[in-house]
Amino acid sequence: MQRQQKKPMTDCEKTKKYFVGPVATEFVAAKTGVWRVVRPDVTIEDCIFCGTCRKHCPADVVTVAKEDPNSGVYFDWDYCKGCGICANICPKQCIAMIPEEGVCKL
Amino acid sequence: MSTRVMIDGNGAASEGLRLAKVRVVSAYPITPQSPISEKLADFVVQGKLDAKYIRVESEHSAMCCAIGAQLTGVRAGTATSSVGLALMHEVLGVAAGCRVPIVMPVVNRSLVSPWSLWCDHQDAMAERDGGWLQLYAESAQEVLDLILIAYRTAEDARIQLPAMVCLDGFFLSHMSDAVYVPDQAAVDAYLPPYVCHNFHLDPNDPMFINNLTPTAEYTEMRYQQAVGFNQAPAVLLAAMADFKRVFGRDYSLLEAYQCDDAEAVIVTLGSMSGTAKYTVDQLRGQGKKVGVLKLTSYRPFPAEQVKQALAPVAVVGVMDRSPGYGAQVAPVATEVRAVLSGKPVQGFIAGLGGRDISPATFVKAFAKLLTGEITADVDWVDVKENALTIREVK
Ligand code: SF4
Ligand code: SF4
Repeated sequence: MQRQQKKPMTDCEKTKKYFVGPVATEFVAAKTGVWRVVRPDVTIEDCIFCGTCRKHCPADVVTVAKEDPNSGVYFDWDYCKGCGICANICPKQCIAMIPEEGVCKL
Repeated sequence: MSTRVMIDGNGAASEGLRLAKVRVVSAYPITPQSPISEKLADFVVQGKLDAKYIRVESEHSAMCCAIGAQLTGVRAGTATSSVGLALMHEVLGVAAGCRVPIVMPVVNRSLVSPWSLWCDHQDAMAERDGGWLQLYAESAQEVLDLILIAYRTAEDARIQLPAMVCLDGFFLSHMSDAVYVPDQAAVDAYLPPYVCHNFHLDPNDPMFINNLTPTAEYTEMRYQQAVGFNQAPAVLLAAMADFKRVFGRDYSLLEAYQCDDAEAVIVTLGSMSGTAKYTVDQLRGQGKKVGVLKLTSYRPFPAEQVKQALAPVAVVGVMDRSPGYGAQVAPVATEVRAVLSGKPVQGFIAGLGGRDISPATFVKAFAKLLTGEITADVDWVDVKENALTIREVK
């Protein structure tokens, strides 16, 4: 992350005044995860931690933790677009795409 | 405190930007705005204006430069007309959305096609919902005064929106008039140095603006602009009250002329208002109770004030200087109809492509209102009977 304009930022905190319009107060990309209507859901008992889903994810948002005591498959929900490539490519077919709350399911 | 000089509307606009001490000028010449670009260049060369003059290759670049310059914390000046304003369209939105309070004279001229160099309001009307304040001047004096009032309003911390000060091409831009040009000291007292209330650009302390804004925030930022507009009428009125205190000239969001006991009133915008008032005087001489409601502010649209002013009037007409294709009536009439629901409002269109809106045009329009023959359709009051055969195939 790049350094921010310090003074206005600290002023913002002190005075509780806010910027108007599209000023980036943090240098991050727009959170494309808001586009998602379905999300990947792994049945971890069937997962063999092969990492295929991580390799094919176009957004590079999958972490496969094999050795970890909390071993599992983790997604960065800020950026996962719900494209379903991971679910399609998984050799064990253990990723299901489930509807997001408030989108397909009301 | 001020000097009375003979200048035209373009001269008055240039004096306004000079007195506001713009520090950067990026302007591209276009008829009938060119004398503003030229005059500002003269001011810089003569040392009357301490500004950097950027010679740009288009109006798109002119507005880009003005936005970039103003974001560093100074006032930036530019001006345009017609297709030049249309070419700026994309970046006008950037100035508005990024809340860069540029004040820009717009010398009203028709849009293409047919190609024309002359006055109507199509150029500004095409930008009416783009997030800029729009004030319309009746005279060269109003051009200068409204520019100063626009700076005060646009730069207010509650507003932070850019503003167009619209002046009719040739009718105002090129007609000389006796104008009070205030002293710098008086203007300095009214208009303090520019304070940027929002973010600013500093190469040594970078900040990123106009980033890709996700759905989660876009509506909120558009709402912020709407909040700015909602506060604009009150801030404009305060700036006008202060203006009267310092310079003695009276302004409001609209001007009701002979409306009190009027049976029929025509709503006007810009230079046609003078002709309308003259016609009202003539018709009053014949015992006809008519009046004029001149709008000074079109954006924000002073709905409440229009409603109040027209409440006692039986029949209302609106003289639009742009066609508003596909709508029931033209842009100004649409707004007035929305405010006066239930009351007959006759839409008129006249004065396109530089055609004069003469007293005869207003006499015709008032006659229609007084006979009460109101039509839902807009009345192209000055169109010739042979409109469909003017270029006969031989
Ligand atoms: S759904 Fe698409 S974006 Fe989300 S983790 Fe799977 S492959 Fe990546
Ligand atoms: S592709 Fe399937 S099996 Fe392989 S790590 Fe991902 S979820 Fe587990």
